[in-house]
This record gives sequence, structure tokens and C-alpha cells, in this order.
Amino acid sequence: MDILYLLVPLSVVLVLAITGLLAWAVGSGQFDDIEREGQRILIDDTEP
Amino acid sequence: MNIEIRSDEATYNDTVVRQFAIMTIVWGVVGMLVGVVIAAQLAFPALNFDLPWLSYGRLRPLHTNAVIFAFGGCALFATSYYAVQRTCQTRLFAGPLAAFTFWGWQAVIVAAAISLPLGYTSGKEYAELEWPIDILITLVWVSYAVVFFGTLFTRKVRHIYVANWFFGAFILTVALLHVVNSAAIPAGPMKSYSVYAGVQDAMVQWWYGHNAVGFFLTAGFLGMMYYFVPKQIGRPVYSYRLSIVHFWALIFTYMWAGPHHLHYTALPDWAQSLGMVFSLILLAPSWGGMINGVMTLSGAWHKLREDPILRFMIVSLSFYGMSTFEGPMMAIKTVNALSHYTDWTIGHVHSGALGWVGLISMGSLYYLIPRLFGRDAMYSVRAIEIHFWVATIGIVLYAVSMWVSGVTQGLMWRSVEPDGTLTYSFVESVKASYPYYYVRLTGGLLYLTGMVIMAWNVAMTVTGGKPVAVPVLRAPAHA
Repeated sequence: MDILYLLVPLSVVLVLAITGLLAWAVGSGQFDDIEREGQRILIDDTEP
Repeated sequence: MNIEIRSDEATYNDTVVRQFAIMTIVWGVVGMLVGVVIAAQLAFPALNFDLPWLSYGRLRPLHTNAVIFAFGGCALFATSYYAVQRTCQTRLFAGPLAAFTFWGWQAVIVAAAISLPLGYTSGKEYAELEWPIDILITLVWVSYAVVFFGTLFTRKVRHIYVANWFFGAFILTVALLHVVNSAAIPAGPMKSYSVYAGVQDAMVQWWYGHNAVGFFLTAGFLGMMYYFVPKQIGRPVYSYRLSIVHFWALIFTYMWAGPHHLHYTALPDWAQSLGMVFSLILLAPSWGGMINGVMTLSGAWHKLREDPILRFMIVSLSFYGMSTFEGPMMAIKTVNALSHYTDWTIGHVHSGALGWVGLISMGSLYYLIPRLFGRDAMYSVRAIEIHFWVATIGIVLYAVSMWVSGVTQGLMWRSVEPDGTLTYSFVESVKASYPYYYVRLTGGLLYLTGMVIMAWNVAMTVTGGKPVAVPVLRAPAHA
């Protein structure tokens, strides 16, 4: 099952990358005021 | 589409959205028609006509490629391009590249429609296309990523809306899956050999296959759900916080569930158990998301009575909930011992594909089409209503018949006499499945009928309208 030496590290690297991304998102204030962000899309387009 | 206003920075690039939206309808009709043909071939084998090009073995990959990558793919392109511009309040990045993704993707689909009936296949399920087409897919997909993430990076709003996280994860993961799984050594213009062999190849194939379900058919369409369900209802998603948790939980766990496709094979036992455990964990974020979507209607349930588009979306979410319960259950090894290789799997896939993926795409397109062509509503709301009922009855007939057929097959195959011999020969189980194949064909025909009604409705809406250029929202939205 040599393939697991590719797939398992690949998945671990992905988990680390996702963790990094999550840390960035939290750290940069993406989720600071999240309930308001849900409202925002409702006023984002000018109806034709 | 010749009335398109000269594109400039002040309007959204909806030309490419219109193109993908229309082709979603076209490929939907084609792909579902091929599905009905192969369902008919299973009920009436004479319909293979003894012609290799029309045989079940060649048409089946054509059906799966057409509905997943042509219908589903075009729907994802259209909705992601539409939503990312609105939520980022900016025009699509790299317009010419976006146009290339459209024409390139259509070229891939046409190449598939020609090469698969001719018998060119790499033999990898859901990745059958041969290496020259695989290279074109890679080029289109990289362009898609550049356009999408370019738009995201030039956004005028600080926050990245949750739908964009889902779309972004879908685009990146599918790129990775495609490149790893399709790695092959060419042995001629339309022939190649996978770089993996035996059980290694099987593991890569289902790492790809399962994550294609997880990221193409789930994450992508969840992006669609998180934008179009709140828009259609006119209310924000029930809990934005839960939608964030849904995203991260799904992304962290999905990658590990693939081995459940290889229970009781040469794959090491611990890898199978790992796949099973992660599949069970997946139930939690999936149901969180499903409840979140449905509860967006909370306080506005009456809208379900008046708005057939909303019905598409909410029933779609119900099917998402059903198939994400059924999936983890089937991933349990003892259940899988009964269900694997039977029609139950086909029923499971179609409750997810027809119910979740199909209905959410149709609902989103019913929202999109009038807006893209300057109409107040679809040409016929009554036709949307009929489409909804025809499609829903079709799905129920399809899924239930395959459940019954699958459990019948599983029970017959495992039944053993006291002396250790099998109670039934294989062909007896085939004979027992026949009645359900007629029911499945009926369900498929109904679903296709709904799609044809939609195509007519879209054609009438589009011919009566004209493409509109929508200005980019400038005002800082609630700063």
C-alpha cells in the first residue's frame, strides 16, 4: 500500500494548509461581526 | 445576445454567466436523456441495438459525465461567477480568461460526447476522459481558479461571504484531485496508462471519486445554496455562525472518507475503518448545514405555499439531509456488506444527484434567468410549479425502486443454504430486479420531462427579454 505514503501526507498537508487559512481568517477579523455579514448579501445587487 | 452593453468596470460581467446558464439547461436535457436511454436499456436490453456506440457500457460514462460535469459544471460556473461578483462588489477578474473557461469547458464536453461513444476511455469512473481532454480540463480549471480568486482578491468588501469559501474550496480541491488521479503515461493520441496499478490505483481512484462527490457535488452546490436560498427568501441565512462552522468542519473531514468505497477489498483494514469513522463524523456538519438552510425560512414558512422556486430549494435541502444520512449509514462496514455492488448505491447516488444537486441548480437558475435577461419573472410560474411536482415524483419513484431492488439483491446474494452453497444464482437476482427497472425508468422519464418543461420555460423567458448590464454596487454596504 505504497500509495498511502502519498495520500496520507497529502491529506495531512491539506489539513495544515486549511488550519493556516482558518487562522488567517480568524486573525484578520473575517468573523468579527458575522451576523451582519449574512445580511449584507441581501442589498448587494441593483435589480434590473 | 447582441445587445450587450459595452462592458466596462462599472457593470458586472454577466455575459459569461448567461452563457453558462443557458448551456446548463441544454446539457441538462441531453445528460438526463442519455440517463433515460440507459435506464431503458436495463429494462429492455434490445435497446442496445447490438451497436457498440449505443451500448450501455459506452453510454453510461457519457451520462455521468454529461450530468455531473456538463449540467452540474455549467451550473456551478454560472452561479459562482454571478455570486462572487455580487458578494465582492466588483467586476469579474480577467474577462477574456472567463470567456476561455466557457468555450474551453464546452470543448471538453463536446470532446467527451464524441470520444466516449467511440470507446475511448481511461477506465477510471467519473474520470474516463483520455489524456488530451484531461489536459484541456486542467487548462480550463486553472483559468477558472485565476478568474475566481482574482475576483476575490480584488473585492471591495472586506468580508468574504461564506458561499465564496465553499466555491473556492471546490475549485482548489477539484484541481488537485484531477491532477493526481488523472496522472497517466500516454501511449498514443487517445490511449494512456495510469501511473498507479492494482489496489494503489483503486485507492487513488476512490480518494478522487469520493472527494469529487464531496467537493464538486457538495461544497460547490452548498456555495450555490448559501447564496441563492437567502436571496430567494429575502432573509439572511438562519445562522451565519453555523454556516462558517459548517464550512470548516466539512473541509477538515471530507478528505478522509474515501476508503469507504473499498470496504472488504485488498485495502488494509485500518484504512477502511478510518474511512468509515470519518464518514460517520461527516453526518454532523452535513445536517448542521441542512438545518441552517431550511431554517432560513423560519418565520416565513408561508412563502413555501406561494413560491415554487423556493420549494425547489427547500426540497433540495431535504434530499441533501436524506443522502448525507444515508451515506454515512452505508459507510458502516456491516451495512456496506449488504448494500455494496447493489442498486441501493444507485438509489443513494440519485437521491443526492436528482434531489440535492439537480433541484438546487434548477431553483437557482429559476432565480437567475429572469434577472440575467431583464425580466421580472419566468415566462410561466405555473410551469415551474408543474416542473417541481413532476421532478419530485420522479425522484421518489427512482430512489424507492432502487432501494427495494438493492436490498433484494443484497439479501439474495448473501443467502446461503445449510450446506454452504448459495441459495440463488446471480441471474435469479437479476430477474428479481426487473420490475424495479421499469419503475426506475418511469421515474427518470418524469425527471427528464420536468427538465424539458424548464427548457421551454427558459426559452420563452429569454426570447422575450434582452441581456441587461447590471452596474456594480458602489455604495459601501452598511459600512
